[in-house]
Amino acid sequence: MHRRTFTRALTALVLAVPLAATAPGAFAQTTLTNVSYDPTRELYKEFNAAFAKSWKAETGEDIRVQVSHGGSGKQARSVIDGLNADVVTLALAADIDAIAKATGKLPADWQKRLPHNSSPYTSTIVFLVRKGNPKGVKDWNDLVKPDVQVITPNPKTSGGARWNYLAAWAYGREANGGDEAKAKAFVAELFKRVPVLDTGARGSTTTFAQRGLGDVLLAWENEAYLSLKEFGEDKFDIVFPSISILAEPPVAIVDGNVDKNGTRKAAEAYLKLLYAKEGQTIAAKNFYRPVSPDLADKADVDRFQKLKLVTIDGDFGGWGKAQSEHFGDGGTFDQIYKPN
Amino acid sequence: MPADPRQTLPAHPVAAGASPTTEPVAVRVALIVVALAFLALFLVLPLVAVFAEAFRNGVDAYFASFDDPDTWSAVWLTLGVAAIAVPLNVVFGLAASWAVAKHDFRGKSLLVTLIDLPFSVSPVVSGMCYVLLFGAQGYFGHYLQSVGVQIIFAVPGLVLATIFVTFPFVARELIPLMQEQGVSEEEAALSLGAGGWRTFWSVTLPNVRWALLYGVLLCNARAMGEFGAVSVVSGHLRGQTNTVPLQVEILYNDYNFVAAFAVASLLAGLGLVTLVVKSALEWRYADQLASGRRH
Repeated sequence: MHRRTFTRALTALVLAVPLAATAPGAFAQTTLTNVSYDPTRELYKEFNAAFAKSWKAETGEDIRVQVSHGGSGKQARSVIDGLNADVVTLALAADIDAIAKATGKLPADWQKRLPHNSSPYTSTIVFLVRKGNPKGVKDWNDLVKPDVQVITPNPKTSGGARWNYLAAWAYGREANGGDEAKAKAFVAELFKRVPVLDTGARGSTTTFAQRGLGDVLLAWENEAYLSLKEFGEDKFDIVFPSISILAEPPVAIVDGNVDKNGTRKAAEAYLKLLYAKEGQTIAAKNFYRPVSPDLADKADVDRFQKLKLVTIDGDFGGWGKAQSEHFGDGGTFDQIYKPN
Repeated sequence: MPADPRQTLPAHPVAAGASPTTEPVAVRVALIVVALAFLALFLVLPLVAVFAEAFRNGVDAYFASFDDPDTWSAVWLTLGVAAIAVPLNVVFGLAASWAVAKHDFRGKSLLVTLIDLPFSVSPVVSGMCYVLLFGAQGYFGHYLQSVGVQIIFAVPGLVLATIFVTFPFVARELIPLMQEQGVSEEEAALSLGAGGWRTFWSVTLPNVRWALLYGVLLCNARAMGEFGAVSVVSGHLRGQTNTVPLQVEILYNDYNFVAAFAVASLLAGLGLVTLVVKSALEWRYADQLASGRRH
């Protein structure tokens, strides 16, 4: 009797195998893969729906855009290791440079192929503090006060964290009359107050907002506004520092992949729509600064404050230089950061 | 691995008043209270918290969480991966334990050590190994690309990583039992004229059937719940390469906390079912499980 029970169980298991294995994903449909960075989840959710609609109107075809989100550096690493991305929409140019260099799947001058350094939207780095700003944080120098804890992701894996790092560096440099050594000392002092480094910007936001760690979150402006929207305006305040950095998250077609997948046309249309009215409106609505503000809703655009912004090309010699100098092996980040 | 019950339970039921231990009652009660409090704090409370968070906005919100094609594709993918990985590990586990328990050969202890390897290697490292082997920059990456086969960041990579981390469960369950049972019954079958296959199907397999089911259960629970190794090889394409544990992380990071815990409650439910069936097996077929290690 026991043996029969057992045989039945085994038969059920064997029969279940092909059933379960054939069930998932049996639909054939054009898909476009967008490998993006961490905080763009809401932006691309909305934009992908708009693109599918526009593509259907234009060509009559159904298209599905699948996305992957994560720390920008980690995402670039995945594309290098073979993640089949048709387009990459990452946090900074250095990560797409890395893909171009390691795989040859897109030309070295990819950033010149689209307007505005291939960035259809920009952002900047701001501070998110708890409601009422209990630690009185107004500017970068308040972050190195003894009782302040700062939350930022890991610059090795996160694009936002690298913008955070360079914005802090820019402040340290300006406050000390251009002295690079003192700027480095300031950033080192700042990172002593970081209790945990998440791999991506969204991880840091949940660490700060949901888990309640830290006094200040160094955040993308879009991420800071989104936190107010998601968690309630009564929970946090945004603090705009005296100086920050113009963050340009670029987009690119991965030529080697679209030619293999036969998706070049769709990929080109996808990026083109980001620069058009739909893309610019959705970007502004999701708290990204549109490069063509006149195409977006005025009410959305008026939310953005005017800030003093340094640029990666003007103040750090471009990403090629900044990446190796600060974030490569043995760069300034490796020199200053010791996990505590 | 299940803990040895001998360490946590009294060795034998004893008659009232004839305690085999010499500790005063107060000490024993205190130890039991500490153990129960520890269990409540670190096992029961988190489990309750998962369900409490999932139902935070009511039953409707809980069920609305499953109205998401990406979540369903994660459920199907997880079932599919387990449906491939678990049967394969049943075959591997049977073959390995049969070889180890019923035969003597050179390098046997090395084989036993290798079977245990996935228990000692961090799942993240095992995921990285597959990226190193099959990633585009890996040893076989160039060849795989030239023939158009995608392993990493696709279902085959998820299956491979899952097989690796769940490999020891079946073998570890069967080896001690088979060793204890020895080879006398097989020898008897052979001497009565049964062939190798017949001996295996009619003697060896029936002798370990409940232990095998026990191993399959643990193997399946781990296959469906594995996070680290599959996270490395997944690529996190929504609706495509996210298993249920990865989908939980995504929903959590999407600020979709209720849905994250609702999906997590599926995994918690799987864990509870596994626990119940496992206990039932232990209770009913204790003598036919690896009895050298259990009562």
